[in-house]
Amino acid sequence: MAALVVRLSCLGKRWVLACIDGGSRHGRGAAIGLTSRRKRGQSSVAQQPLIAVQKSRKGEREWAAVVGLEIHAQISSNSKLFSGSQVHFAAPPNSLVSFFDASLPGTLPVLNRRCVEAAVMTGLALNCRINKKSLFDRKHYFYADLPAGYQITQQRLPIAVNGCLAYSVSVGKKPSQVSTRTVRIKQIQLEQDSGKSLHDEPRSQTLIDLNRAGVGLLEVVLEPDMSCGEEAASAVRELQLILQALGTSQANMAEGQLRVDANISVHHPGEPLGVRTEVKNLNSARFLAKAIDFEIKRQIHELENGRKILNETRSFDDKLGCTMPMRDKEGKQDYRFMPEPNLPPLLLYDTASLPPGADPQQVINIDWIRERLPELPGKTREKLIQQYGMLPEHSFTLLNEVGLLEFFQNVIKETRAEPKKVTSWVLNIFLGFLKQQNLAVNESPVTPSALAELLNLLDRKAISSSAARQVFEELWRSKGKTPSQIVSEKKLELMQDQEALERVCHTVMEGHPQVVMDMKRGNPRAINKLIGLVRKATLSRADPTVIKEILERKLSS
Amino acid sequence: MLGRTLREVSTALKQGHITPTELCQKCLSLIKKTKFLNAYITVSEEVALKQAEESEKRYKKGHSLGDLDGIPVAVKDNFSTSSIETTCASNMLKGYVPPYNATVVQKLLDKGAVLMGKTNLDEFAMGSGSTDGVFGPVKNPWSYSKQYREKRKQKAHGENEDSNWLITGGSSGGSAAAVAAFTCFAALGSDTGGSTRNPAAHCGVVGFKPSYGLVSRHGLIPLVNSMDVPGILTRCVDDAAIVLGMLAGHDPKDSTTIQDPVKPFTLPTFADVNKLCIGIPKEYLAPELSSEVRSFWSKAANLFESEGAKVIEVSLPHTSYSIVCYHVLCTSEVASNMARFDGLEYGHRCDINVSTEAMYAATRREGFNDVVRGRILSGNFFLLKENYENYFIKAQKVRRLIANDFVNVFNSGVDVLLTPTTLSEAVPYLEFIKEDNRTRSAQDDIFTQAVNMAGENLTSAIPEPHAKEPEQLHVTSFSYLPMTNELAGIIETFVVTKRPYWT
Repeated sequence: MAALVVRLSCLGKRWVLACIDGGSRHGRGAAIGLTSRRKRGQSSVAQQPLIAVQKSRKGEREWAAVVGLEIHAQISSNSKLFSGSQVHFAAPPNSLVSFFDASLPGTLPVLNRRCVEAAVMTGLALNCRINKKSLFDRKHYFYADLPAGYQITQQRLPIAVNGCLAYSVSVGKKPSQVSTRTVRIKQIQLEQDSGKSLHDEPRSQTLIDLNRAGVGLLEVVLEPDMSCGEEAASAVRELQLILQALGTSQANMAEGQLRVDANISVHHPGEPLGVRTEVKNLNSARFLAKAIDFEIKRQIHELENGRKILNETRSFDDKLGCTMPMRDKEGKQDYRFMPEPNLPPLLLYDTASLPPGADPQQVINIDWIRERLPELPGKTREKLIQQYGMLPEHSFTLLNEVGLLEFFQNVIKETRAEPKKVTSWVLNIFLGFLKQQNLAVNESPVTPSALAELLNLLDRKAISSSAARQVFEELWRSKGKTPSQIVSEKKLELMQDQEALERVCHTVMEGHPQVVMDMKRGNPRAINKLIGLVRKATLSRADPTVIKEILERKLSS
Repeated sequence: MLGRTLREVSTALKQGHITPTELCQKCLSLIKKTKFLNAYITVSEEVALKQAEESEKRYKKGHSLGDLDGIPVAVKDNFSTSSIETTCASNMLKGYVPPYNATVVQKLLDKGAVLMGKTNLDEFAMGSGSTDGVFGPVKNPWSYSKQYREKRKQKAHGENEDSNWLITGGSSGGSAAAVAAFTCFAALGSDTGGSTRNPAAHCGVVGFKPSYGLVSRHGLIPLVNSMDVPGILTRCVDDAAIVLGMLAGHDPKDSTTIQDPVKPFTLPTFADVNKLCIGIPKEYLAPELSSEVRSFWSKAANLFESEGAKVIEVSLPHTSYSIVCYHVLCTSEVASNMARFDGLEYGHRCDINVSTEAMYAATRREGFNDVVRGRILSGNFFLLKENYENYFIKAQKVRRLIANDFVNVFNSGVDVLLTPTTLSEAVPYLEFIKEDNRTRSAQDDIFTQAVNMAGENLTSAIPEPHAKEPEQLHVTSFSYLPMTNELAGIIETFVVTKRPYWT
């Protein structure tokens, strides 16, 4: 179940389900710069029953929606942010809890270097300014899964600020009309995760699991530069890919490693922003898009009916597809922020400011981390497009599916087939089969080598396209067989014997004089019928182009 | 044997004049005899005897762990001790047995010290009398001295002697009383605004507050994280230096400890007072200062001057703001630190289970006394969004000014400051409780808390050779570690006489 949600969230061409213009006035604007704030009127969500932003029914004034996101990404690290406890998903309850995590009195936080490095890497990848000095604060609230009564976070001076994230959405009717947009990143802060409360309603008990308490989080705050659910979902998906490429977070939404809260408001263009609501705990990109679009529509509906929007926290009910006010009072709390006195300021260095003779174990050098950043998804896509002449949308699909790019590259390595052919097979047939059976790439019964071999057979015209498809189906069903084995077992190889094929053609023409007559009278469809008949007679083992050649030659002679 | 200093008894152990077990048993029997002082909350007799036995084995094999091996020590009951109840003198932590040792406790044990027990305090170390703990007040051993009894007789005929006992000061009153009553040779206290130095002053022992960051706070149940330091109480300055040597240094479990290696702390046998410049802060000449303390203060200053030291008046201009500033910062951190006591993971939990919130409220009402609740309330008020700038931020700025006062004075060539520890000598319990905890803390911490806010200072209190009851002076130096002890040692050499006030 867990894996299912994520896979649905990146199903097919999800990235293209983005905003398109209702009109064409500011549709395919090129990359949106940091400072340019698009007009938000008139956009609507493609292929969504819920129309997000629209002309007022009274036909007078447009509405614009403004969406900002707060994203919590669990840092991928061996141990927690301030304690030595291990970090594992789905470990037995309360098995990964140190004295500090349980807030035993007298325990003190000790900052995990790996988490700091992950924050710096993420900040650099998101074009942020890394603060060489950042501070930790306590944020107070009473909750059963927050043992200390406060969370250690970075409210005053976070580790990274002022970044930006470029993401792509489709802007036209065709998926190839892609527009790159940019959302500004306000800040990235390091903070502790809370534990989990499990409410046992019948027994009116609450059970607490502190395994997650104290795990390092990166809170990434995206400025309200988005205007609909699909923009938000695309931005989140891009962030997810970046985090995964960096290895700073597994960013699996279904496992709670990536959690998104959305701030949403609507207003008339040119007027001040409206009152915003916050939709919390969105655990898949699909629900994120749905929740935002529902909320935009709801707010417009409320305002048009003379009601007011309350500054409140809402939750998304994925079964009903709507947002509901959350009853907890958390949103109105005064968190009584205070500097965390047990942690000195977090100091980072670059090569220029590195104190001479500093112990490399004791200091973090931003430049050193920058030089070792891995390739980011944007660059990978660019390379795919350049190297293989791939369409941009195909490069997106390849990256969006976990493991698909690697699969594709392994096929390319082992086959002589054209990259375009490989792309087409991987994205249409292979991915189609996976989707149909709801499998992940690494669960595929067909290996890259098998597909490569199959494409080689096709490439040297040993089999026809339709036979290739048959072989693929067979590969999918019976693990362990090679394409060549299947081809010979099923006698799928193309007839290489020209004379034999000519004889079959001759027999077919003789058997269907009426069709031959039609053809001679100039009916272009008639030849196709003949080709079909010949293929049937050869059990689909003949190449249709060769059949056509023979037939045409015979007819004209 | 019990009247000796730590160094003396250590020598006796090494020479075999007494065994660790014998020493331990002597202390245990004296602890029983002085039970009415209420210095100990928990006496860890079994643990102590076992540790003494192990120490004895080491001595027999000639593998002594050093000066502390076999030495009976006591620890304030706000330091976590593995498998020994740690209560902070609060209902909230009654029955709480930590699964780990505070770093300072572990360091003492690693050096072979014998843990006699956990000493009494004000609840969560909030107080200056050791009168506000759930286990009752600590009585000052001096109350039962011949000298004090005679003085009482002269002053007030017919008064009930038993009700006229003196307070120890606080909040580490149990540790001070334990050392003063010879039931151990050294004790750990904690010092946030004067909690080690104040009771040391009132009980006639040495109280040493190390610089912030010199000694690990890991395992010390916090009052104010940014000011707390483990304190050392001993019967002479040399002993305090020995214990400090064992405790000081970086602790990977406390990120606020300094990383630089620590040099050993040794006292000179002879010091040249000529080279010293001693500052007398004029602001500390408060009108509330008792005539006895004032006269002893000037006596000490004159003594230094007559021995060739340069004694000058200096100014710490922001002194008058410091107690208010301390109050804001202290209560704010208290409000935060006490948030963890919700009855869920450990400690007291009420019977109410209507809702989680109701459970929190009742647990905290039952678990904390009025003083703790009052400070939590004030602290939360100061931290409210609407008040933060006006109170917390302002207090932080004033704290900086106060710290700068010390920096300026020490940069001007002053080596040490000589000040009183408290306004007056120890008062009788009945008099002390006429004022509430807050008023008392404000008065009693007046000379001590400023250095906690300045952080980097070293402070030591030295007993006065008083005929009646102890009074102390206070020596503060700045980022020059041996200085405080050295000077304290000089004062001790010059003025301390041994006082057989306890038999």
